[in-house]
This record gives sequence, structure tokens and C-alpha cells, in this order.
Amino acid sequence: MDMNRRQFFKVCGAGLTGSSLAMMGFSPQTVLAQVRNFKLARTTETRSTCPYCSVSCGVIMYTLGDSAKNNKASIIHIEGDPDHPVNRGTLCPKGAGLLDMIQSPNRVKYPEVREPGSKEWKRISWDQAYTRIAKRMKEDRDKNFVAKNAAGVTVNRWNTTGFLASSAASNESGYLSVKVARGLGMVALDTQARI
Amino acid sequence: MTNHWVDIKNTDLVLIMGGNAAEAHPCGFKWVTEAMQHRKAKLIVVDPRFTRSASIADFYAPVRVGTDVAFLAGVINYLLSNNKIHIEYVKNYTNASFLVNEKFGFDNGFFSGYNDEKRSYDRSTWTYQMGKDGFAMVDETLQNPHCVFQLMKKHYSRYTPEQVSKVCGTPKESFVKICEMIGGTSTPDRVMTIMYALGWTQHSVGSQNIRGMAMIQLLLGNMGRAGGGVNALRGHANVQGITDMCLYSEVLPGYLGSPTDADPTREVYLQKRTPKPLRPNQMAYPQNFPKWHTSLMKAWWGNAATKENDFAYDYLPKKDGAYDVLDIFERMYQGKMNGFICQGFNPLAAIPNKKKMGVAFSKLKYLVIIDPLHTETGEFWKNFGDFNDVDSSKIQTEVFRLPASCFAEETGSFTNSGRVMQWHVRAVEPPGEGKTDAEIMASLFVRIRDLYKEDGGAGPEPILKMNWPYSNPTNPAPEEVAREFSGRALADIVDPKDKTKVLVKAGEQLAGFGLLQDDGSTTCGNWLYCGSWSQAGNNMARRDLSDPSGLGYYPGWGYSWPANRRVMYNRAGADPSGKPWDPSRKGIAWDGSKWAGFDVPDMRPDAKPEEHVGPFIMTPEGVARLFAVGLMAEGPFTEHYEPFETPIGVNPMCPTNPKAVSNPAARVFKGDMEVFGKAKEFPYAATTYRLTEHHHFWTKNSEANAIVQPAQFVEIGADLAKEKGISNGEMIKVRSNRGEIKAVAVVTKRIHALECDGKKVHTVGIPIHWGFVGLAKSGYLSNTLTPYVGDANCQTPEFKAFLVNIEKA
Repeated sequence: MDMNRRQFFKVCGAGLTGSSLAMMGFSPQTVLAQVRNFKLARTTETRSTCPYCSVSCGVIMYTLGDSAKNNKASIIHIEGDPDHPVNRGTLCPKGAGLLDMIQSPNRVKYPEVREPGSKEWKRISWDQAYTRIAKRMKEDRDKNFVAKNAAGVTVNRWNTTGFLASSAASNESGYLSVKVARGLGMVALDTQARI
Repeated sequence: MTNHWVDIKNTDLVLIMGGNAAEAHPCGFKWVTEAMQHRKAKLIVVDPRFTRSASIADFYAPVRVGTDVAFLAGVINYLLSNNKIHIEYVKNYTNASFLVNEKFGFDNGFFSGYNDEKRSYDRSTWTYQMGKDGFAMVDETLQNPHCVFQLMKKHYSRYTPEQVSKVCGTPKESFVKICEMIGGTSTPDRVMTIMYALGWTQHSVGSQNIRGMAMIQLLLGNMGRAGGGVNALRGHANVQGITDMCLYSEVLPGYLGSPTDADPTREVYLQKRTPKPLRPNQMAYPQNFPKWHTSLMKAWWGNAATKENDFAYDYLPKKDGAYDVLDIFERMYQGKMNGFICQGFNPLAAIPNKKKMGVAFSKLKYLVIIDPLHTETGEFWKNFGDFNDVDSSKIQTEVFRLPASCFAEETGSFTNSGRVMQWHVRAVEPPGEGKTDAEIMASLFVRIRDLYKEDGGAGPEPILKMNWPYSNPTNPAPEEVAREFSGRALADIVDPKDKTKVLVKAGEQLAGFGLLQDDGSTTCGNWLYCGSWSQAGNNMARRDLSDPSGLGYYPGWGYSWPANRRVMYNRAGADPSGKPWDPSRKGIAWDGSKWAGFDVPDMRPDAKPEEHVGPFIMTPEGVARLFAVGLMAEGPFTEHYEPFETPIGVNPMCPTNPKAVSNPAARVFKGDMEVFGKAKEFPYAATTYRLTEHHHFWTKNSEANAIVQPAQFVEIGADLAKEKGISNGEMIKVRSNRGEIKAVAVVTKRIHALECDGKKVHTVGIPIHWGFVGLAKSGYLSNTLTPYVGDANCQTPEFKAFLVNIEKA
């Protein structure tokens, strides 16, 4: 006789027969007193930093689904890192909503272009995007690059295309961005730090 | 921050002014409550609104928007006239004793040297008197009428409690009470900290707000000490890091001044930026500038940067004027820009005067948006009714929108407000076809470089010769990049005292910027970050929670620039003989043979106290500047000027000088001055602010945040609501001279009318978080209202003080 926990109680509830059933050797299999698995038990923990204000709270991101081939991991939960010396596991109302920012329906997902005069976006490939943007930048640079100023001083600047850099980007991204911008001769360069 | 987040627990008194940490930085604010509970520290909040921070303060006082300079000048006057200063600290660690040029003066709102037409100063009289020995002259008795201390006393004597109350609207009794509490920290056993944010920076006098506070902390002897310092609470997780990487026009990574047209050669460039000590025995640490700059050039141009070509000096672009955001968008507005790249930035919402911004973008040929989220800037060309009323067919800008990763989808480091660099690791892939900012920038660069290789073009050398050593050129690994900006030796570096001893072998990562060289034998992309990835590995990823001091330094957690130092100027935390001012809060001390303790000394380790090496090693004087020699645009001392849109129309500090009503040295473009509003038509002072549920313009794209704060509102005080017959929850129109918005009125008791210069001044509070893109209800961009003018020194826009009128919608 095979019986699960619920059925066993049902049978027991039916009356005295329950105890006699057990006596006759029809005892249920060993059961675990557990309702369901802890949700985060099979997740991967990744430590990170909240991207909002500069308290830079430590967070732990819990991902599922990263152990199978051709399966993209997704974050199912984010909480404060209890080991972090500044936030000690806490998060504010902004940080508590992090998952919804990462998974916002308003994420940009594909390269797009809005053609001059158009009322809508059009999806393009990365290759098309890079090709068109690089061409635009080179055209403008070639036309407006100033090698020497009126006094004959080498100035090597390009000031007709500007760049605003993200303060949400990592130091590594920021360093690469400034290296590229300065290498191209850009001087119209700024960031959120200003405001 | 000169100190760091956990350090706030070590203080005796917290002043929150120009910020609202409980609302905007809640998890950092917890260290304020920690100090209040465990050290019995007191909290003072000064703000135009009774904020969340104010709600748990021991003492709160209101202040009129845009008058903080006057408030702080009043505090300086109180400290000086009541002898509530730490005199030994002031004498030894500041320039109080330095003699100033006898021609320096101040008269009726102007310092000496003002040029009315140029709206700027000739600063040649804001200098020290120099002795025949080549050093600045001092009077250690502080009695000479031209010494900084006496000049300060005279300048600030005008800021009496009565005058402060007249300018700021702060009740006199409240002001005096705050002065007494602040003055109580002038003894060596008590320390105050100040926490500020955009409430001080976003003014036409923003730099002087912060300078005023720095002067107070110096007079009290609170700089360089655990529980003290001047602490800026910054806005994004990595706004500090991106500032240090210097993604702005004035500087190169590590705050190295950008070359300008006036620096034709490397020699001239270096000579201007390499100061000599102004007093005997001083470190004048920027004497090392050539080492920092040369190492940067080696990082950027590698083998192409040689001694023969002046380390590729000519490859760097030279600046011919200002290129801050206000200047850039003014150029764009005038049709002088063709292209623009916005990386994680929403300028249509974030730069003042939305209407002007929209026109500016319409004049571009191409615009590239690199962002994880939809932004208003990306859709400036689209009609959103009243919120963005444009005709798409007339806008000829080609707009690209590229999907970028967010923090969870990249590996790298962020630098927090306390200068601690922390490493984070990618957890997931970006959605769709998203890529990291680094990959996008590298791919674009490689495309452009290939075009120059194949077709040639204007000035190709800096591009073709750029050092690009990454294993995947279109997607450099963050670890490779971090090692590059931290720096390594290109040749063996020998000990200058013993040439047979090799300190670092060629190819090894450097332990710190003290090893950098000016002969091309080291490469380092940012001298301040040197050592963050040493030969020991990635120090930014360290997670050691040991805290031997008990003061929360956590020296093994991440890496704190500079040199893993947790409290800047920590030499000033000890007395001239090298003993800590307060042994219970010791940072470093002189142990008889060297400087040592819980922190990395901000001092040459073997500098004996009797050598009198000053603790402020970045100034050529070795001491901090109460008098700002030659640096500030509007004066070496702080002085009150009204916001450009003033509700009282006159500067009560100089009522007879109509040219010094507002900051006389602030830059105003033609056309912008004309659209400043006057109090007659726009009688109410307005200020923008932020809510704890939202982060700038991002979180309206996050469902959880959009649910908790779904709709735009404007906050007005109960007395103004009564005057205007507006009830709570009604729709109102808010107008400035640049545009109007409609929003729900939230009537509170948190804002009261203030009495200023005999006038009643109401304040209107405008939270900024809504727009026409997002999951929250659509709203107006708050910069529809704000004026296009910035701080005279750094051009931070004046978002915190302007004029509006309100009426029922």
C-alpha cells in the first residue's frame, strides 16, 4: 500500500481503522515536514553594487537558469548584502525596486534608428548601426577637425560632435570612453558630475 | 567626501544643509542615527523645507533658497567674534597667518579687480605678499592688518545675526542657537561633520556654498579627523568615479588640467601645472605632475609616445574655450554642433530650459543615444501632446538608439561617495541585443580607426597610434582596462636612494603613484587610481571586514583612492607634535620615527614634526586656504549674491550696487539673461528636489517605483495655499518665464513663508522625477521652468533657486 502524507491523514481521519491499518503494516513512507523548497536555494548569488545613489550599497543578485546550455539566466531576487560595511544588508525604496528597473519593459533591446523627419523608430542590426554612426562621425570629423589654430599652434581638436558620458557606467567603461573621445580629438565632453 | 560613509558614526554633531540624506541617501543616513544613538551626537538640519532629515533632527531652522552663503558667512562671523575657533589648528594648518597683497580689497559687493564689461575679475591682487627668499610672507601673531585672519574678521563682521536673518529669513534665535552648537565643536575633543548634496551645488554661487563650509570646518579644526570633514553626498553610484576619470572638458584622468591653445608645447604645459613650494619644507605634491601626465600619455599612446615626440603631447586635443554642458548646448542651440553622443544621460530633462534644449537637438545632423532605458532625449523628436509639443516632420535629426547594459549585466568597479572603489560582477546578459558601454565604445572606435586606415582623413595619427592592446579589440575585458588605469612599470624602477635596488620589475603592476616616473618608464591611465590593481591583484574586489581601529576604516574592503587612504588630510588629525587631537579617534600619529596608525598617512612617512611639513600636501603652501589665492571666480572670500531670479530684487549686503545683486562673475549667455523672471510677475521662490522612491529620471521606468510615486506633484505651504485659494489635490499651473507645467498641488505644513528684507517670501517645491516616457503617469519635465545659468566656477546649473507664479489649472 502506497500512501502519501495527505492520504494517510485522510485515512486516519476516517476513524479507528487508521490505527489498525498501521498495525497491519500499512504505514506511510517517511515524509519531510516541509511545505515547499526555499525559493533561493538553487539560485546563483552574485554580489554587486546598487547603481542609484553614491552610498553604493552592496547587493546580492540571485539568478536562476544559468546551468543549462542555451538558457539565459534571469534574476529572480535582489537584496542588500549583509556583509557590506556601509549598508549592512539594508536597501532603500529605490534599491528595493531594482529588479523592476533591470526587467523594465522600457529597456532598449535592439539598435534602432529614427530617420530624419520620421515619426517612428526602425530596428536595425548592430552592424548597420556601427557602420552608419562611424561614417557620420568620420564625415563630421574630417570636415571640421582643426589641426592648427590661427596662430599656427597644433591643436588637433574636433568640436562639432559632443559627448555626454554616463555616471552609471563603471570606471572601466568610463576610462575607455574618455580614451576614445580624447583620441578622436573631442573637446565638447561632459558628464553628470557637472550637474 | 573627504571622509567616508561609516565614519559619520564617529561624529559629535551632524549638520545637514544643502541636502536631505534621510530622503535621498537613506542607507548612508543610517550612520547619522548610529552616531545619535551611540555617541549621543546631535543633528542640525537647515533647509527651506522641513524635510525627512529634519523630522528626526535635534534642531531645525528654515533658510530662504539661494542664501546659504550668507548663513555660513554668519556662522564664520560668530566663530571669529566669539573666539569659538581651534586656534592652534588655525595657526598651523591654514593660511590665516599669510600676508595678502596690500592692493586686495572689497567694496560694496565687488572684490578688487572687477571688470564690468567682461563680467569677470582680474585676480592679480588676490595674492600673497612674497618675501625675498621666494616664499610667501607670514605673521604668526595674526596681528598684521593684511594677514588673512584680520582680513577675514573684517570681511565677515558684516554678517551679524540680524543681517543673516534679514537675508535668509531664518529666525535670529534659531540662527544663534545653531552657531552655538557648531561653535561647541571648536575644542579638540569634539568634531562636527557636514553632509551636503545638490542643495548646495545647484546654485550660481554653488562653489562658494561649499567653500564657506570648508572654511568653517578649518576654523573648528575638523578637517582630517575621524567624524569630521566636508562630505558631498553624490548622486549616482559611480558619479565619483566618472569625475575621477574626468569625462569632462577641463581635465584629463586624475584631474590633470587639459591642454589649451595657450599651452603650445609640453614644456609650457607642464611648467604651468607644476607648482613650487610657497613655504619652506613643504611637499607641494603636485610637483609630481610631469610623472602623472607622462604615465597617462604612455597608457594612451604606448610606444608611439616617446621622448622624441614629447610623449605624443600634440595628440591631445587643445581646448579653445569653455565646453561645459551649458556651453555645449548653447553651441548646439546656435547651430554650431553637428553630432552628439548621449551615453546614459538624459539631457533634455537634466539641463535647464527644456524648450531651449529641444530646439538645440533639432539643429543636430545626428544624435546617438546609448542607454539601457528609453529616455526623453531619445524621443525629443516625437510629439507627446502638451508634454512635448513638436512636429516630427520638421525635425531633420537622424537619431540612433543603442541598447546598453545596466549594472547587473556588466563587470567592473564603481567608486562611492567616500572614494572607495568596489568591484562588481555580471549576473545576467543584457536583454535583447544589449551590449556594455565599453563594448559599444570600443566597437565604434575600431570601426572609425579602420576607416582612417583604409581611406585616410583629417589628423589620423592620434587615432591610428592609440594604444589598444586588448585581447578582443572590440570588447576589452574590464580586468585589462582596470590594470591599464592602475598602471605598471615598462622598465625596472630603481630606488633613487640606492640604484642597485630594484623597486619594481619591468612589466609588474605598480603598488602606488609614488612609483610613477616622468621618463616614460611607467604607464598609468589615472594616477589617483594607481595601486587599485597592484601586483597582489584586484584590490577593488577585496572583501576583508576587519576594522582594527573600531572606527569603521575597513582598510581591506575595496580600495580607497588616493593610496587606500580612508580619511583625507589625516595628518591634520594630529597636533603639530604628532599626537592625535583626540586619542579616542586616532587616525595616524608620529611614533618617534615615522607616521603610522590605522590609516594610510597623508604625509611623507618620515617627515618629522619639527620639520613643520604642512598637512595639506596638495597646496604649495602646505596649509589649507581660508583665503583662496587666485582660484575662485567671484572672490577669495565668500560673499552673498542673490539667485539670478531673486524674490526680493536687491542684495541686502550691498543694496546700493545694482550690478552685484547676483553673482557678478557668473557667465550668462545672450538671450538667457532676457528670460530671467522678475519678482513682480513671478513672486514665489521655487526649488527642485528629489523623493526617496525615485532616482532622477530612471525609476519612472521601474514598475515598483512607478506604483509608489505614480504622479507628478508640486508642494506648497498651507499659508500660500490659503492665500491662493488652492486646496490639497487640486491641479495647478506653475509658470516661470520659460514655460509652464501642470501638476497636483500637495499642500503641506513643511514649507512656511519667510520674512526676508521686509518682504514675505513663499517657496514652491518641485520634485523632478516625471516625464513623458516611463511607466509612471506622464508629466512635465521640471526643467521646463528652470533658468539657463550656472555656478561661476564650475557651471553647475541653478536648479535650486528660481522664480515662479502659480494658479489653479
